[in-house]
Amino acid sequence: MNKIVERLHNGIIKENPTLVLMLGMCPTLAVTTSAINGLGMGLTTAVVLTLSNGIISLLRKIIPNRVRIPAFIVVIASFVTIVELLLEGFIPSLYNALGLYIPLIVVNCIILGRAEAYAYQNPVLPSLFDGLGMGLGFTVALTIIGLIREILGAGQAFGFHIMPDSYIPVSIFVLAPGAFFVLAILTAIQNKVKIEGEKRGKDMSRIGSGCSEDCMNCKESGCSSRKFYDNEAVEEKAEEKKKSKAESKKKEETEDVNEDKDEEKEVDADE
Amino acid sequence: MSDLMKVSSNPHIRSKAGTSGIMLCVVLALLPAAAFGVYNFGVNALLLILVTVASCAFFECLFCMICRKKITLTDGSALVTGLLLALNLPVGAPWWIGLIGGAFAIIVVKMLFGGLGQNFMNPALGARCFLMISFTSIMTNFECDAYSGATPLATLKAGGLVNVRDMVIGHTAGTIGETSMVAIVLGACLLILLGIIDLRIPGSYIVSFVVFLILFGGHGLDFNFIAAHLAGGGLMLGAFFMATDYVTRPITIKGQYLFGILLGLLTGIFRIYGGSAEGVSYAIILGNLLTPLIEKITLPKGFGKGGERL
Repeated sequence: MNKIVERLHNGIIKENPTLVLMLGMCPTLAVTTSAINGLGMGLTTAVVLTLSNGIISLLRKIIPNRVRIPAFIVVIASFVTIVELLLEGFIPSLYNALGLYIPLIVVNCIILGRAEAYAYQNPVLPSLFDGLGMGLGFTVALTIIGLIREILGAGQAFGFHIMPDSYIPVSIFVLAPGAFFVLAILTAIQNKVKIEGEKRGKDMSRIGSGCSEDCMNCKESGCSSRKFYDNEAVEEKAEEKKKSKAESKKKEETEDVNEDKDEEKEVDADE
Repeated sequence: MSDLMKVSSNPHIRSKAGTSGIMLCVVLALLPAAAFGVYNFGVNALLLILVTVASCAFFECLFCMICRKKITLTDGSALVTGLLLALNLPVGAPWWIGLIGGAFAIIVVKMLFGGLGQNFMNPALGARCFLMISFTSIMTNFECDAYSGATPLATLKAGGLVNVRDMVIGHTAGTIGETSMVAIVLGACLLILLGIIDLRIPGSYIVSFVVFLILFGGHGLDFNFIAAHLAGGGLMLGAFFMATDYVTRPITIKGQYLFGILLGLLTGIFRIYGGSAEGVSYAIILGNLLTPLIEKITLPKGFGKGGERL
């Protein structure tokens, strides 16, 4: 239970995918022209993320390491297709508003990133909640960005007029530059809060539950269990290197000490 | 002995000139254009100029106070930014346009990137483009008590006839400071005589723009057409006062020529083929964005670093 809460907290606040990890920038900047669009995009991604995390976690012992990325993509793409068809059938207005960005969820790096960094290495339940937490974090960030842009750029919130009639909308905020302005300011606020917290001695960036879960934010670049790429292959290579080094050293030593006498021993060492 | 020999590290020749002195000269050089704007458009223009300048100064102080930095108001750059921005506003704009424009120019374009010297784009032009995109109808409405109807450039674009003499003197519709070519050139001459700007950027800008007009303007060597394009819109103001901004122009000499030519071409393309009649401000901020690249390709080689080895 503790782990579940921790995962949700991690996804929504500590490692918010948009404002902290800076992942999934394309939908963040493109579809947040209004709060409803941001909310819709966020929830759609959250659904796909939760389900794909769960399935990938279930399959983590079956999927061979070498083909795991294509396998993730297949799982994710299936869920995106399902969600896309459901949206087209039941919420056509949102489907039209999001347009091309729904199929593009397949290549959203949050989803692939969580599959790779978390679901592939952890049991099903935490993976599900990791996906849910990350998805909700994405939703919250997108809704806030969309809300700010909508209020400033159109004088509306969720489609309702809230500004007085005399308010002249700053239409740049519903255009592309507005997305950058709002995202930059929110990220700056987030950084400010984080830095202030760290100054007061609070541990803001570290994560409570073991080290292997937060390689993306980990400051120890020399960590041996970093899980960004094919770990096994790297380890194998490293081991091979070690072995060959040790062997050559041994060889040299034996050669130095007894040059011709103990040839048998040398052969043993070689083997 | 001590009077004859001084031992010190370079630089050996020092000048008293500082940022504030240069900025003051630029303000002085802008005054004719501003004064003509007030004379041309009435007291509203003066109020708008005052509000915009005050807004720039206020937000500069505010930002420095919030960030607990030394207040940089005394270098005068906020004054120049405010004045330039005000000269780029139509006289019919409400006072809060100047306020928002000043805030955007100072906080977003200048201070967030590190203050004067670090801004990647001319603050006044950045704010003008922000206002143009945000409040298009206000920023392109040039009707006022003195003039009704379109700016000369818009008339020209629509195929109408314009009076070139009025445009050179400045009796036309337009933003506060851009209408009078005479007043702007007067100010520019002052800056050139004082050695604050040189003719590299304005010269190559205007020449390349004229060449572009002759080749692609559709009127050939029509003197009236070319003169109207030179006198109309913000070309003169942009070429002499904004393209020559020390921070956002290339520092290499070759780069400055290249920058001027680029601006001329962009302005020509925007004016002839673009949707709106004017394109100076967009051309200059695009050029500002390309400045680091221009500097990169025109960086002079150190002695002994270039050429083939024998």
